[in-house]
Amino acid sequence: MRMSTVVTDAQVEPPEPPEPTDAELAVRGEMSARRRGGFGIASIVLGAIMIRAFGLGSESGLDATFVFNKRGESTLPDLVLPARETCLVLGLIAVLLGAALVTGLLRRRTYLVFGIVLALFVVALLAWAARGDSVSILGLFQGTLFKAVPLALGALAGLMCERSGVINIGIEGMLLTAAFTGALTASAADSVWIGMFSGIAIGAVLGALLAVLSIRYRVDQIIGGTVINILALGLTSYLGTQVLAEYPDLNEPGSFQPLGIPLLQDIPFFGPLLFDRTIYVYLMFALVFGLAWALYRTRWGLRIRAVGEHPGAADTVGINVLATRYRSVITGGAIAGLAGTWFTLDAVSGFNEEMTAGRGFIALAALIFGRWHPVGAFIAALVFGFAEELQGRLALLNTPIPSEILLATPYIVTIIVVAGLVGRSRPPAADGQIYERS
Amino acid sequence: MTTTTVQDEQPQPEAEGAESRAALPTLRRWLEATRDALLIPALALLTALAIGGLVIVFSSPDTLDAWSGFFSHPGETLSESWQLVWDSYYALYDTSLGSWPAFSRTLVEATPLAFTGLSVALAFRAGLFNIGAAGQLVIGATCAGWVGFTWHLPSAIHIPLAVAAGFVGGALWGSIAGVLKARTGAHEVITTIMLNYVAYYLLDYALRSDAFLRPGRNDPISKPVLESARLPDFTIGDLTLHLGLFMALAAAWLVWWLFGRSTIGFRLRAVGANPNAARYAGMGVGATYVLAMVLAGGLAGLAGTTNILGRESFSLTGGYYRELGFDGIAVALLGRANPIGVLAAALLFGIMRSGSTGMQAQTSTPVDIIVVIQALIIAFVAAPDLVRAIYRVRARREAEPAFTTSWGA
Repeated sequence: MRMSTVVTDAQVEPPEPPEPTDAELAVRGEMSARRRGGFGIASIVLGAIMIRAFGLGSESGLDATFVFNKRGESTLPDLVLPARETCLVLGLIAVLLGAALVTGLLRRRTYLVFGIVLALFVVALLAWAARGDSVSILGLFQGTLFKAVPLALGALAGLMCERSGVINIGIEGMLLTAAFTGALTASAADSVWIGMFSGIAIGAVLGALLAVLSIRYRVDQIIGGTVINILALGLTSYLGTQVLAEYPDLNEPGSFQPLGIPLLQDIPFFGPLLFDRTIYVYLMFALVFGLAWALYRTRWGLRIRAVGEHPGAADTVGINVLATRYRSVITGGAIAGLAGTWFTLDAVSGFNEEMTAGRGFIALAALIFGRWHPVGAFIAALVFGFAEELQGRLALLNTPIPSEILLATPYIVTIIVVAGLVGRSRPPAADGQIYERS
Repeated sequence: MTTTTVQDEQPQPEAEGAESRAALPTLRRWLEATRDALLIPALALLTALAIGGLVIVFSSPDTLDAWSGFFSHPGETLSESWQLVWDSYYALYDTSLGSWPAFSRTLVEATPLAFTGLSVALAFRAGLFNIGAAGQLVIGATCAGWVGFTWHLPSAIHIPLAVAAGFVGGALWGSIAGVLKARTGAHEVITTIMLNYVAYYLLDYALRSDAFLRPGRNDPISKPVLESARLPDFTIGDLTLHLGLFMALAAAWLVWWLFGRSTIGFRLRAVGANPNAARYAGMGVGATYVLAMVLAGGLAGLAGTTNILGRESFSLTGGYYRELGFDGIAVALLGRANPIGVLAAALLFGIMRSGSTGMQAQTSTPVDIIVVIQALIIAFVAAPDLVRAIYRVRARREAEPAFTTSWGA
């Protein structure tokens, strides 16, 4: 049974568009008229919402102020827009772009056009929410980068595993365990660094567990990951009530402070955004670009990708498939561990039950959205981080949108992204398959 | 081969004897199969309890103090640790199976677990991993609860309507993941998890609205379900059974019938075993995914329904039902996606759930240890090779069902 599944899975062709004509269209940067029409209608609907709800539905004469400076500074001018008029104009542009898509005036780059419409929608939403008030764009972008950290690192963890052919559904559990361990050891040793390294270590241990389950004991990889998730949830909840509640001083880890880079941190806007951050933001950038280079430009990376794409061929040329998989999954676990410590050593100082709230799964969605490439996954993590940060900001401004709907937004965005893009993004060919020498 | 030919050529009077000789190996094979089916889960349970015992010992402040003096009083340390584990597990047993009222509570706890276990098991058979039972359960409970406390109807109509609402709510929620999988290939593990969170927030939102919120309350609690929609109890001596239990038994029988006796079930299994072969045979793979998720969602919805209509508080609160959905995964894995196995596993987990509060009261071992033990059980059940390696049990060459496939599918 198991053998036969392996064989049939190998025969599964990569997801392909239903008709070859679509593929031909794709080469020219076009898509079928029906699909393009769908995006066009979606654009028109978004534009209509901008005009009707944000524009006509709000009071006239109120200004929305967009701030680009750090609090208390005034190097850059504020952008002050009349809220109602801005929404009306942007809505009109969106409707026109949608109409151009539907009628076929715009045939190429439909994704780009729809992306512009979405961006217009977000600007209009902000202008509407900040009418008679101000919103800090710098803060919004800073928050986006901050919230993207666990998602980007989690996606990189998944990337390391999946590029070598092991699906890692257990990222959520790794994040949670590392968050707990980081808080505990940092409190006990009174050093955030020790917390971070012990989190990385526990992540690697869980990675090793997943590797042993899926490679040595040939457990279905999705079930193996789920076991890690449930085990992590149970252990951290149990130890949380048993140990942390009993000794509250073991849950006071302190947190990493921002590390300003001299000179660069004084650049207006970009200084505070990129060069006056905690170690996690720098590590995220280093790992994203480091891994992108290592996976695609070094022998090490080529071997990992070969094992994930065609283990049989890799074996033939003398690459040790199973050892490569072990190493990659353990490395992935360590990265997930690093991401987990972000929760307790940077985001919040201290551990709460279930504090990761599904971010391990959103990271997986970012991995798919990012087409199994480090930079793509990072950009996807930024999109999800932005959705999360925007939700937080809108909750503070005076919007009549119920807070529960706002809170659910990142999850809904994830579903839409996974549904909209998974068919068009191709996983490593041997992802999720057990390798047996024949 | 030769012996059978010889037997076949025996004269007529021997035929009866040959038949009984043939029946004997069948019986033995059946016994062996049963032993194999029970051996791994039993060993998994035993190992999980043993490791759980270690976790209890090394996380209790009292025994940890004792362990710091291990080298001066080793015997005392060990006996104290043993005592704590024994007390904890005994309290677990005593408050779940020790008396008829306790057993009644256990059955009440086991009922929703049977439904979520069946939900996950049904999806497994069709090659889908339904992690979304928690969300489907919440939506089902919300729909059933709303019908239960909003409409005023006679019992004979009210109960079936509320139950139907719960099934439909869960089925609709489950179908979202099914449709997304069928139309776009979005993996159900991610979509169902995300839909769980959306469902939790929907319930939170509903609990703030006038249609749900109990008058005069600010905390998130709904109106209680009206008397006419509550599931009736049946009392035999000290044993109290509510209708939900019988519904769970019926559902298990229906799932068994579906897979064992019906064409639809065959289609579900065929798609689960090999979607490409099923497609080649002319089966609608997408439609089958949707159907599987509708049925799985409906079963999970019924878990919420029997909870809201059959359980003490009869009202929705924020957050309470979530863990039940995850236990469903454990129940389905332990029950090996087989209806009878699922019922047995649900009973076992029901015992742990109903005994855990008593255990915490008597020995201050936190309720959460149950989750740890459950996770360990799944780990060992999911890795039969691991259990065989620990206990040096010989592996039988058998076809083990592969539950899930890769992202693309």
